[in-house]
Amino acid sequence: MIPAFDIILLVFLVVTSVIALRVRDLLAASMVFGIYSFLICLLWAEMTAVDVAFTEAAVGAGVSTVIMVATVYQTARRSKD
Amino acid sequence: MKGLALFAVAFTGALLLYATGDFPDWGSLDSPANGGELSTHYIKEVRKETEVPNIVTAVLADYRGFDTMFETVVVFVAGIAIIAVLRDFGNGSRGYPPALANNLPEEPDLIVTQTCNLVIPVLQIFALYVLAHGHHSPGGGFQGGVMLGASYILIALANGVEAAMKILSERKILLMAATGILIYSGTGLVCLLLGENFLDYHVLSRILPTDPIMARSHAMLFVETGVAFTVTAVMFSIYANLATRGTLKGGL
Amino acid sequence: MEFFEQLIIPKFNYWIYVILMMIGMRAMIAKNNLVKKLIGMAIFQTAIILFYVSIGVKEGANIPILDHHMMPGEIHGGDPVVVAEFANPLPHVLMLTAIVVGVATLGLALAMSQKIYRAYGTLEEDDILSQIKLEPND
Repeated sequence: MIPAFDIILLVFLVVTSVIALRVRDLLAASMVFGIYSFLICLLWAEMTAVDVAFTEAAVGAGVSTVIMVATVYQTARRSKD
Repeated sequence: MKGLALFAVAFTGALLLYATGDFPDWGSLDSPANGGELSTHYIKEVRKETEVPNIVTAVLADYRGFDTMFETVVVFVAGIAIIAVLRDFGNGSRGYPPALANNLPEEPDLIVTQTCNLVIPVLQIFALYVLAHGHHSPGGGFQGGVMLGASYILIALANGVEAAMKILSERKILLMAATGILIYSGTGLVCLLLGENFLDYHVLSRILPTDPIMARSHAMLFVETGVAFTVTAVMFSIYANLATRGTLKGGL
Repeated sequence: MEFFEQLIIPKFNYWIYVILMMIGMRAMIAKNNLVKKLIGMAIFQTAIILFYVSIGVKEGANIPILDHHMMPGEIHGGDPVVVAEFANPLPHVLMLTAIVVGVATLGLALAMSQKIYRAYGTLEEDDILSQIKLEPND
């Protein structure tokens, strides 16, 4: 484990999670959530959990972002909060 | 309501932060999870018992195979449930139109289509490599299956869902998802028929031309293939149904 | 300074996980939009998965894949395996399946929110509740 890398990733995680929940455009929120998933994937690779990181890179940053964008496309894009 | 939510969250958070004081230190070797008998056994004995270098794959498909089998069943059931929720079976919903739909160009973009056509074969070959090489490197059924499903999603994104549905129709999706679980539970059932416990792979050496240790290694590949079948089909089915409101026509 | 060294530094990761968990939980309770609630749920889930995986971390350990010279047999060598050199594989296995099941259930939740949008024309919770109240009970 690399402490400096670890702390930078964790701070970015908190920042991206707050942005994903505060931004009112749901398309932007889904994309920021994709960034969040990718940071999580880096954190796992750094914690020596390579299999979990691989799964998260394929599932979290790939498929879940795509299905969220598909839902935003099929419903409304603006959110009230 | 908002103030109450903030209070509840702050209270739970304070309790959890207080509890972190009792946790073992970060990365300590003698914490209950790391120093316990189970993980020590997995790390020390996996090479003698299964000859699989990737401990995660060995634990996933062999030692905890029952767990993985039902996780696969959960994925299968979720895929079926999404079709059941979204498909309009003619029981009259009011049908508000989506806010963003019908403002995309009809023709697929040339650059996007050609790039995807170049990427997709490489992606599928790599997904099969990840599935087959999961014993020796990070990877396995779940990862390979998700990547294979993502390649079909890429076809649907570039050429439209209908074009992807010509390659992998809904009938094929459902057959594939069910076949995956059948492969997994069938491997377990063969073990049962040969007189051992369910998913106890070493007895497969009687029908495979290998010794009992390598039989466990090969049986892991069978069950991972089953997992990959189900996950591939369900991932593509989730996307195709969510992008078209369950009609499988038009869409994103 | 001593407070920092004893309480914050060794447990820094756990503190961030709790903060992430609380961000997700607050979104699930207080956000009005259904997709925002689902993003909050996914953040809550990843915080718990992070917690599980960090249980299996060992200081100075390597990824849980054995080198080929540690495998048994004459061609490989059969070097001894030191348990402290490999991360604990058990949390990785449990969480790997949890991620894939998580995306399948997220898809199901998104399907339900699409169905709600088709019936009520909105994803905002208060609008849906007021429409439900306006309807006669039959």
